[in-house]
Amino acid sequence: MDIRLPDADPTDAEREAVDAVLGAPTSRWHGGARDQWQHDTHVGHGGRAMRQRRTELVPALQALQSRHGWISPGGLRYVCERLHVPPAEAWGVATFYALLATAPRPRRVVHVCDDIGCRNRGARDVIAAATAVAGAHLGHAHATAAEGDAPGHPAGDAAGSATQAPGWMPSPCLGLCDQAPAVLVTDAGAVPEERQLGGVTDDVIRALLTGAAPGADALADTRVPQQGDASLVLLRRVGVVDPTSLAAYRDAGGYRALARALDLGAEAVIAEVTASGLVGRGGAAFPTGRKWDAVRRQEATPHYVVCNADESEPGTFKDRVLIAGDPFAVVEAMTIAGFATGSTKGFVYLRAEYPLAHQRLHGAVEAARAAGLLGDDVMGRGVRFDIEIRRGAGAYICGEETALFESIEGKRGEPRTKPPFPVQVGLFGKPTVVNNVETLANVLPIVLEGGAAYAAKGTPQSTGTRLFCLSGAVARPGVYEAPCGTSLRALLQQAGVSPRLSAVLLGGAAGGFIRADETDLPLTLEHARAADATLGSGVIMAFDDPDDLREAVLRIAAFFRDESCGQCVPCRVGTVRQEEALHRLATGAPLGGVTAELALLDDIGRAMRDASICGLGQSAAAAVDSAVRRLGLFATTAQ
Amino acid sequence: MTATLIPITRPARTSRPPVALTIDGRTVTAEAGVTLLAACRAAGLEIPTLCFLETLTPANVCRLCVVEVEGARVLVPSCSREVEAGMVVHTNSPRVRHARRLVLEFLASSVDLSTTPGMAELLVEYGCHPERFGASAEPQSTAERAAVGVGHHEPPDTAHAATVAQPVLRDNELFVRDYAKCVLCYRCVQACGVDHQNSFAIALAGRGFAARISTELSVGLPDSACVYCGNCVAVCPTGALMAVPEFDLRAAGAWRPEEQAVTDTICPYCGVGCTVSLHVQDNVIVKATSPFAHGITQGNLCIKGRFGWQHVQPEAATASTAPARAAE
Repeated sequence: MDIRLPDADPTDAEREAVDAVLGAPTSRWHGGARDQWQHDTHVGHGGRAMRQRRTELVPALQALQSRHGWISPGGLRYVCERLHVPPAEAWGVATFYALLATAPRPRRVVHVCDDIGCRNRGARDVIAAATAVAGAHLGHAHATAAEGDAPGHPAGDAAGSATQAPGWMPSPCLGLCDQAPAVLVTDAGAVPEERQLGGVTDDVIRALLTGAAPGADALADTRVPQQGDASLVLLRRVGVVDPTSLAAYRDAGGYRALARALDLGAEAVIAEVTASGLVGRGGAAFPTGRKWDAVRRQEATPHYVVCNADESEPGTFKDRVLIAGDPFAVVEAMTIAGFATGSTKGFVYLRAEYPLAHQRLHGAVEAARAAGLLGDDVMGRGVRFDIEIRRGAGAYICGEETALFESIEGKRGEPRTKPPFPVQVGLFGKPTVVNNVETLANVLPIVLEGGAAYAAKGTPQSTGTRLFCLSGAVARPGVYEAPCGTSLRALLQQAGVSPRLSAVLLGGAAGGFIRADETDLPLTLEHARAADATLGSGVIMAFDDPDDLREAVLRIAAFFRDESCGQCVPCRVGTVRQEEALHRLATGAPLGGVTAELALLDDIGRAMRDASICGLGQSAAAAVDSAVRRLGLFATTAQ
Repeated sequence: MTATLIPITRPARTSRPPVALTIDGRTVTAEAGVTLLAACRAAGLEIPTLCFLETLTPANVCRLCVVEVEGARVLVPSCSREVEAGMVVHTNSPRVRHARRLVLEFLASSVDLSTTPGMAELLVEYGCHPERFGASAEPQSTAERAAVGVGHHEPPDTAHAATVAQPVLRDNELFVRDYAKCVLCYRCVQACGVDHQNSFAIALAGRGFAARISTELSVGLPDSACVYCGNCVAVCPTGALMAVPEFDLRAAGAWRPEEQAVTDTICPYCGVGCTVSLHVQDNVIVKATSPFAHGITQGNLCIKGRFGWQHVQPEAATASTAPARAAE
């Protein structure tokens, strides 16, 4: 490909950062130094081999981001040169992700969660304190920086940003709703650091914004409220077994499931998973066994396993707890999935906001590989499977499976049209099984006990146990495991729900609100469907204050507007029009009266649901719709 | 002259038997592998489209061509969905009409559609009232738009509906980019990329409502990889990309397509022999295109064929078709 590169040079630090990810350049054609390669000017490089490296684009951009805190024109040039990616496309990718900056940012950025989980539980105070210390958030500061419109390094060079005062930005849900208010601290540099902190006080945010060390990650001590409960299946090891030790994992029963799976054979494993009735826990509830079987039967090769750990649904934090607390279980379950579906390569797409989970999972993959539990000869049984971890870069949409593929492939996270479905045409155009973290965690007990034993738990249509993320107006927030069919009220009581409970958000921002008098709902797919609700990703967020509730609905509308990829018209414009209408209702300035506005909201919602490409647009009106219909929220308060 | 349209569909690996399906109550037989749109059009049913163009890979992003397929949870884009045996399709059901109406209203309330052919009629046909979303917001400056990052946005003001209104970009002598008219159909990006030109000068940048067509670092076209083939201009459905003579004539109120004679000829520049359609108004070439339904060019030209006609223009006319330059 004949590409034209921007007229800017990378700093040495930027070269090093990119080379650390991509390896050293192998020729002058790809960014090698002029004097180093004197004889290769007559050799053509490129073609298919080069195009296949496009998948390394996002990791290379992330390396630049964590080196200087932003992607400079010179850095972008170098990445394009190394990977032969047209600069316009690399720019399109860099500007797609919220955690990649294309204008200078300070070395330290504190991402302050102001989403539904934190907003009413201290985030406003944290934001007030942050504003007092560091001024307006960087989104606003960026507006001034872009005024000149001229690309280039900031005063001095990019490394100079290290001396800048820390800045802050509001962030969508950080998945720490049980420890609200939460922040994510990113420190760029030669040794970049990232930390998630929960229970952030005024003092903490002040210290962070004046340069103090962030201290230990909030997840360093992963605990669950039911810890020690003998009935736990999925959370059995969390907080109990050392997540950094393979030996401890094996002592606690780890890798028995993989051994049994290898004994059973691939088809028998799929039969057990099918018999278990397990359905996807990420929100879509597709039967896992059918998915595995479909991939196994595809003639096209290779097959891929993708673990969707891009948990970004506001209010959801179960996957974070599973990965940080029991990382080997994810590795083992993925290996079983790979064996069953005839895949030799697995990817974990982990959201960027979970640094400790990344560290733990990375450690687990390394340890498993060293012990022969991943690699060319898994458990000495001639099975080949390995895992690569990819980190997200700040995009809720990448939790949508096809957008996730695009992101791994080095593109903007824009969902594909379905059909074809991932089991036929998935990652790199090949048959791919995508499973949520919790779904995979369920595979271990299924293989160990058998599908029938697993299916005996829960209800006939919703088998097994499920994880629920309880937060909001509860005394003991956290991840709870309960058999399907447990009543919502029982779980809420277990978590110490506020006696003034007024509504519950079920299933996340893409789910819906239900009233306090509807909490006798048994938590199963069929009961939820019958009640016109959804379990989604297991979010149970309790509200006991009407103002908080209105605030949450407005935030959900803003969230979908922020996170729409912008590809299709119904979602790109519909999410804007929905938020505008809600704001008019909320401020008592409805256009043409409340009834007209509610009809308009309904019109917008139906079009988004019916005509959007993917699940984001299709569910962007769900929570708003439920707030209006079920809670009568804007109709009663605005009239 | 004979021209054949090369269908841009996946070549069938094996010859599959024709497919029978029901469209609006009629049983229709379609070749396996064709799209619902093709089947509908073959059956004489008109489906509105915006982002779709026969010569490009369907982007299926505008969602104007959606139809209802029984058993499907949501509507499906007819431009890219292949026919299946036994499908029961409704092209004009209330659900379909509602979705199309809203898509049209979303676009008309946020984008300047004044130069989109056929749009005024569609807005009437679907009973659109884009003003029901509120008065249009003030246009943003280029700097304001460039400053829109990804992530949290400013809360909406309750009096206005957000739009993509922004100043016209005029950074070269051949064509202008008026992104206030851009519906993000992806056609220009595809034409610049693997579908046609392989220049990769432009791509989608940003996200959500701030998504935009952009060069790297938002540099001007002269600093980008643009080769000025104008194939993006040719495929733009809304006039957001427009050759300078047309843009200036329109600005002067002197663009009169009904008076233009269109003459097909062969481009004299090189030996490829592309067919060029010369659009002549007042004895002046005001635009050059190539027929989409042409097996060789598929609507494409190069910088010379598309823009290099000054040498056959009367001297005075060159000035009159480029008032801006004449004024300089």
